[in-house]
Amino acid sequence: MKVTLNIWRQSKASTKADFRQDGKLVRYQLDHVSPDMSFLEMLDVLNEQLTQQGEEPVAFDHDCREGICGSCGVAIDGVPHGPERGTTACQLHMRSFQDGAVITVEPWRAAAFPVLKDLVVDRSAFDRVVQAGAFISVNTGAPQDANAIPVPKADADRAFDAATCIGCGACVAACKNASAMLFVGAKVSHFVHLPQGRVERDQRARNLVAAMDREGFGNCTNQYECEAACPKEIPVRVIAELNREFVRAKVREEPVVDKGRGGDG
Amino acid sequence: MKWLLEFWRSSIGGKVTMAVTGLLLFLFVLMHMLGNLQFLAGPATINAYAEFLHSKPALLWVARIGLLVIFAVHVRTGIRLATQNKAARPVGYAVDATLRADWASKSMLLTGLTTLAFVVYHLAHFTLGWVHSRDHNSNNVHAMMKHSFGHPGIAIVYVAAQVLLFFHLRHGIRSLAQTLGLNHGRYTPMVAILSLLLAAAIAGGNILITLSVLLGIV
Repeated sequence: MKVTLNIWRQSKASTKADFRQDGKLVRYQLDHVSPDMSFLEMLDVLNEQLTQQGEEPVAFDHDCREGICGSCGVAIDGVPHGPERGTTACQLHMRSFQDGAVITVEPWRAAAFPVLKDLVVDRSAFDRVVQAGAFISVNTGAPQDANAIPVPKADADRAFDAATCIGCGACVAACKNASAMLFVGAKVSHFVHLPQGRVERDQRARNLVAAMDREGFGNCTNQYECEAACPKEIPVRVIAELNREFVRAKVREEPVVDKGRGGDG
Repeated sequence: MKWLLEFWRSSIGGKVTMAVTGLLLFLFVLMHMLGNLQFLAGPATINAYAEFLHSKPALLWVARIGLLVIFAVHVRTGIRLATQNKAARPVGYAVDATLRADWASKSMLLTGLTTLAFVVYHLAHFTLGWVHSRDHNSNNVHAMMKHSFGHPGIAIVYVAAQVLLFFHLRHGIRSLAQTLGLNHGRYTPMVAILSLLLAAAIAGGNILITLSVLLGIV
């Protein structure tokens, strides 16, 4: 099959302070694309062609190519990860497109995700949110018996729904406001249904929201574009849980002066 | 106070502020519509209702000032959130796709600001008598409404404002439930339907009053 690609090319990295776009959409023609190729394999073919012509190949993120690492992610005709529901770009196949299709490929667009080059964005904002408390503080040592803390099946399932998040950033990319609340909601929901995670629930909710706000993500307006675009189909229920957890944590917050510990609210 | 301000400044605090003030404003427009439906029962009923409201000046002023504060907080917070949302995507997509959002959810700022403009006009018209002052008569609300909505120009403005308010409430009601943390497999679909019905009832009731005059039924 033949495809025409409009790909965002940008050589100079954007920063949060300087978001000026010095890139542009460049047109490429591919004449021999197999319908069985993944979207990324099709980009590999394009890059081989570009290399042979002595041109700079298109930079894009990828790693496992089996839909579980969260590295890949581009907006395909404006939709993060492309037209297939619940599918990452690496698991999207060219058979999902018409022969002769014109496909526009752009990087995630968000102030919190500056474009580094072409289709590659800096997603370290997510790492900083996770560092603010999306984990459980435990002592290391011998693991305890697996059945020592019983967890009801329904709770485990709810936690697991959220734990499937691969941190790809499609929720931010799809959101009309570039909000990260599906991601942050997933982190909160992942832990709050489990007894181990409940210990630090208040500080987690406060610290994650504070970190999210510091990174310059937008605010959720309940349009649910994120749920529709998420390759792991994480439900917007986690955003309702995040809202609930944050209000609960703020109401319960003790009026003590936080001397130099920082990070809290 | 510092705690409250900090909460308000956070993303979720801002959203919760929108939801709580939105809920109160929704309850007000619902009561306002139901009260005004008495217009259809004739001059005696609606004028007695107006007199009843004016007979409790202390209560009336508490309600007025309370509403004004709630409305101001709703507008101020909404503008802040919208400004932050615009800043969160400085460069947009060349191909703009929408998967789930509808016109109502995408146009909250537009329908909100037009509602603000309408409320200012509406107060200047019926409460203060600054515009169309020839029709102004707070002792005979029925006559005032009948004269005003008899003008096609005024009636069209009122109907158009209600259509935009319908879209604002249509997304607002379902949205405030989610923001306040209510999301449940059984109830969320019901809230979505309820949101549509309540928005239609409020806009529809008000449009009914306007059109009943314009079309000469009352």
